[in-house]
Amino acid sequence: MNFFMDLIVGGLAIGACYALIALAMVIIYKTSEVPNFAQGEMAMLATFVAYTMMANYGAGFWTSVIITMVFAFALGALLEICFLRPAEDPGVLGAIVITLGAEMILYGIAGWKWGANQNPFPVPFSEYSGVTISGVVITEINFWTLTVSLVVMLILFLFFRFTKLGTAMKAVQQNPFAAKAMGIPTRRILTFTWGLSSMTGAIAGMLIAPIATLDPNMMFDPMLKGFAGGVLGGLTSLPGAAAGAYLLGIIENLFGGYVSLEFKSVVAFGVIVLILCLKPSGLFVKHYERKV
Amino acid sequence: MDMKRDYYEDIQLCKTRTALVLTIALFCCLMIIPFLLGDYNIYVVNLIAIHAIVAIGLNILVGYTGQISLGHAGFFAIGAYTSVLLMVKGGVPFPVALLAAGFVSAGFGFLLGLPSLRLEGPYLAIATLGFGMAVTQIISHWDFAGGHMGLAAPKMSIGPFVADTGLEQYAIIMSVAAIMTIAAINLMKTRVGRALVAIRDSEIAAEAMGVNVLKYKTLAFAISAFYTGVGGALMAFALAHISAGSFNLILSITFLAMIVVGGLGSIMGSILGAALLTYLQIKLQVIQEAPIVGPILLDISKRFFTAEGLPNIQSIIVGGIMIGIVIFEPLGMRGIYLRFKRYWRMWPF
Repeated sequence: MNFFMDLIVGGLAIGACYALIALAMVIIYKTSEVPNFAQGEMAMLATFVAYTMMANYGAGFWTSVIITMVFAFALGALLEICFLRPAEDPGVLGAIVITLGAEMILYGIAGWKWGANQNPFPVPFSEYSGVTISGVVITEINFWTLTVSLVVMLILFLFFRFTKLGTAMKAVQQNPFAAKAMGIPTRRILTFTWGLSSMTGAIAGMLIAPIATLDPNMMFDPMLKGFAGGVLGGLTSLPGAAAGAYLLGIIENLFGGYVSLEFKSVVAFGVIVLILCLKPSGLFVKHYERKV
Repeated sequence: MDMKRDYYEDIQLCKTRTALVLTIALFCCLMIIPFLLGDYNIYVVNLIAIHAIVAIGLNILVGYTGQISLGHAGFFAIGAYTSVLLMVKGGVPFPVALLAAGFVSAGFGFLLGLPSLRLEGPYLAIATLGFGMAVTQIISHWDFAGGHMGLAAPKMSIGPFVADTGLEQYAIIMSVAAIMTIAAINLMKTRVGRALVAIRDSEIAAEAMGVNVLKYKTLAFAISAFYTGVGGALMAFALAHISAGSFNLILSITFLAMIVVGGLGSIMGSILGAALLTYLQIKLQVIQEAPIVGPILLDISKRFFTAEGLPNIQSIIVGGIMIGIVIFEPLGMRGIYLRFKRYWRMWPF
């Protein structure tokens, strides 16, 4: 039973990282119908910035985090302004190709600047010690991962619910033309959306880096899992996507613990294909009808 | 001259005498080229031909049928491993193994096509992407297929003819590429090709016109996978070694980049895109040896970046080209060619 609970806790912790990535992707997907395949690389680059601040410039952990957040916001906004905005009505394939191109560029920059070395990412939390609740070990890092992800979700919820900017973003998501007619600067909102999403992704990157190692390839897998989790829960709903990502983390960890550790990564994609066949719009979202 | 009198004139391979002459000239060139190039350049041309096969296959799916796939590295891996395993462990002769690679891959394409019937746009992209990643993961943990270490591929041979050198490989690879290109051009002129294009333009309209969407979508996946599988098999023999790690997401993206850069829905575009990106990738790997740009970049790398990371510049350039094409020239290189042709049509007036 303890083994089972351990797996659940581990699954929740990794699911929390996936959930943040899923949220980051859903924020963009809802506003502009673009599946942002560059999300992982954006997070990876931001994490590298935090690492460089700490390793090369001797900045403290929290200073680095703040600088990284600013950098992540600027990066997201810059990508939107430079790549997405000039393309006039690129269509689904065009948008996917643009984000894939952005992914290649960011991947190349990271490889050029930091090489393929695997760097340790220091955090002020221990990976091994932690509290034990009735036999189940919750390591410090798992605890903080869970807490941070929940706090970020709460902030996002409050932001969308109670601020003027959040409401404007929801308006743009629902109907860009009407929003424009109401005097909402839709293009600026879109840029802000990318910045916000990039910040959310960067938090996920900094939570994943201590568990994995920091190298240019580190975000491939988590990005796909995050996206997969988002699809599992439904790409059109923020809470749905987050719940789906948590669920995916747990399923994956249970599979890894009881069936086969080697094929742990494969199970996520099996789940996705299954869900896409049975309920394509996601578990927690009402099915939508396609228009002609 | 442009007037068509019957249906056959519309669908024949070479519509005008000029086209026929040019085609024959192209074939002559392809026969002479290897004797003029060095060993290394033949190797480059071989890679281009293999990538052209894959690009044509992917274009049948993405450009003609309008389905998105980010999992073609998976089919590529399936083709490569099928042929090598059949030859090494099964002792099957090369031509049979090559065909088997295509058909096994096509089988998987058919299977992947089934769930894809219900999906579109980003959902299809993530499903195919998941497929590609899953294939790589499974192969790298599969001990029979060499696991992480990969497998050494035997030499290509047809009967007593063994392809030892790049030149002999060129003969086989280029013949296969030529046959598959002509097959693809012809396929697009048949009932099947027109059905695929109809599905791309409007699935619902196509269905209303009596196109069996289920049949033709899965068929498109199967054909596309067949081409990619054959390409993968040839790649295994051209590189003489395969390992699961090389069939990654970046490879799938590169394939997609080839057809987007070349031109969606165009066989010629696929070949142009494959040629450009393959050439760029190979040359940019060694960019520090380039005459003027090389030392400058090396200097910049040492000052701001790392020198050993310099080959990564190829990702930056490929990504830049992908974005630039979508923003400035959505038709790709084929669009540039068409514009060029139109500009000079009335020359010298």
